[in-house]
Amino acid sequence: MSSDTLREPQSAGAPPAPAPAPARAAAGRRTSANPGSRGGAWGQILLLALVILFCIFPFYWMVTTSLKTQIVALQSPPAWAFTATLANYVEVLFEDAVSATLINSLIVAVCTTLLALALGTPAAYALARFQFRGKTDLWFWFITNRMVSPVVLALPFFLIVRMLGLLDTHIALILIYLTFNLPIVIWICTDQFRSIPKDLDEAALLEGASQFTIFRKICLPLAMPGVAVSAIFSFIFSWNELMFALVLTRSDAKTAPAMAVSFMEGYSLPYGKIMATSTLIVIPVIVFALIASKQLVRGLTMGAVK
Amino acid sequence: MTQVYGRVSRGTIFAFLGPAVISLAVIGIVPLGFAVWTSLRDYNLTKLAREKFIGFENYATVLTDGAFWDAMGRTFTLLAIALPIQIALGLGIALILHKPGLGYLKTLTRLALVVPMATTYAVVGLLGQVMFNLKYGVINQILGWIGLGPYDWIGDPDLAFAAIAFWDVWQWTPFCTLVLLAGLTTVPSEIEEAARLETKSPWTILRHVQLPYLFPALTALLILRTADVLKLFDMVFTMTRGGPGSATELISLLIQRVGFRAFDQGLASAQAVILLIITIVLARLYIRFFYREVDR
Repeated sequence: MSSDTLREPQSAGAPPAPAPAPARAAAGRRTSANPGSRGGAWGQILLLALVILFCIFPFYWMVTTSLKTQIVALQSPPAWAFTATLANYVEVLFEDAVSATLINSLIVAVCTTLLALALGTPAAYALARFQFRGKTDLWFWFITNRMVSPVVLALPFFLIVRMLGLLDTHIALILIYLTFNLPIVIWICTDQFRSIPKDLDEAALLEGASQFTIFRKICLPLAMPGVAVSAIFSFIFSWNELMFALVLTRSDAKTAPAMAVSFMEGYSLPYGKIMATSTLIVIPVIVFALIASKQLVRGLTMGAVK
Repeated sequence: MTQVYGRVSRGTIFAFLGPAVISLAVIGIVPLGFAVWTSLRDYNLTKLAREKFIGFENYATVLTDGAFWDAMGRTFTLLAIALPIQIALGLGIALILHKPGLGYLKTLTRLALVVPMATTYAVVGLLGQVMFNLKYGVINQILGWIGLGPYDWIGDPDLAFAAIAFWDVWQWTPFCTLVLLAGLTTVPSEIEEAARLETKSPWTILRHVQLPYLFPALTALLILRTADVLKLFDMVFTMTRGGPGSATELISLLIQRVGFRAFDQGLASAQAVILLIITIVLARLYIRFFYREVDR
């Protein structure tokens, strides 16, 4: 991390309390490990259990609803115990072409992630290492792209893509998804490159290595944690995207979220099928996110806690 | 040597930055120019024969259009309701997680917090439809157990707005928790321990010791969440489609409806350009404020 990330914020008033002697601090740590009564600990356990329940319950309900027949899904009051069936999955995968849309989502998410990494990592390296005029402004411009509402770009993109005859193609989605993935890659990787000691580059430079060699052979391997985090984000954002997919695809390049939405046309909602499709969309992302949760949290918070 | 290092030729800088800048300019700026051009024309996809340059007429229409300002108002109302709740809940949970002890349960909680954040926004909305349903919804069933309801969450304008606010809180409280938790770890432990010897009140410690260190995290949450709510589309579209009536029609939904369901691309482009201007102004204000906190 760069030195400014570790600086203590002093501006918000409230002078920090004086630092105590180390021995006192250690004693304090020990006492604060069990500060209150038993009741305090039980209260904490209960609250955390509630938090877990709050986070997990909708997910649980989605999966169980996907295992219900339409009749059970429309039971009032809702059924908690029922005979599970995989019929919804069979139907959405083999009759409704959800499998094709999942493959489309995968193609688009993987390609756009690779492209964002190919374009973004050298840019991040340059922002982290080189000195040049307008650097801060350029960085801001990259990041501001992330804040633009997709609907602002969706309209003109629709017209341009239609003009070019690229409606309903993967390439149109892959390119437009760069608008939010490239800034993420640049944001996270710039930070990562800054944390790599410059001495390494300088030593290699004295050996006569070119900047590009230094980037590729020395810095990029060391920056892999950051590159991986930005790849995960890029993949998840592309996999989850809905608006551009709705606007720019019809059938050939339709992504899975757009497919899930199309089940909602009409009055009788096939709840089981909608939830089965939703589960198929969400499970890979959640598994992925849980495996990488440490890195994910770091990536999410790194920009925020400076 | 450090002085010399970092000064490289223009060619090298361009080789590294050029591809990213050019592609983002082409896919980001060209469409924006196109949007501005479209916004100055009478451009309806169903009546293309009528297309012509009309100057700022679309902008005049938008700025005097009650529907546009209502949608803006709803967007900021959602932000004003959901964000404080998310931050308060997030802070509460972060403070519990920050206390020592209960290692295993905390790891489990942290993992659980990832689930709402990773859930696809469109799916969150679909799930909302299922769970908030008047007759078949589990939310009404649970409320029924404590003697409340049933409520027509999706069908009643006020309740539909409350439901999307609640759903936004469900999805984003974990994010607030994790950001604030990271902020809490920046408090030097000596200072925190010393304060704990002085007072037993967690409130005093929060206000006088931890809060100053949480400031950057809070500012960041404000920036990121404001941008997200201005963009919010998927969850609301799949849950309520902006209805009933226009009770949950946020700004992105309005623009999408005008552009792709009423096919008036000229008018929708003007709305989009105005939204963009508001976003950029807010982002600039925030970034200036934010980076004053960090850099100085």
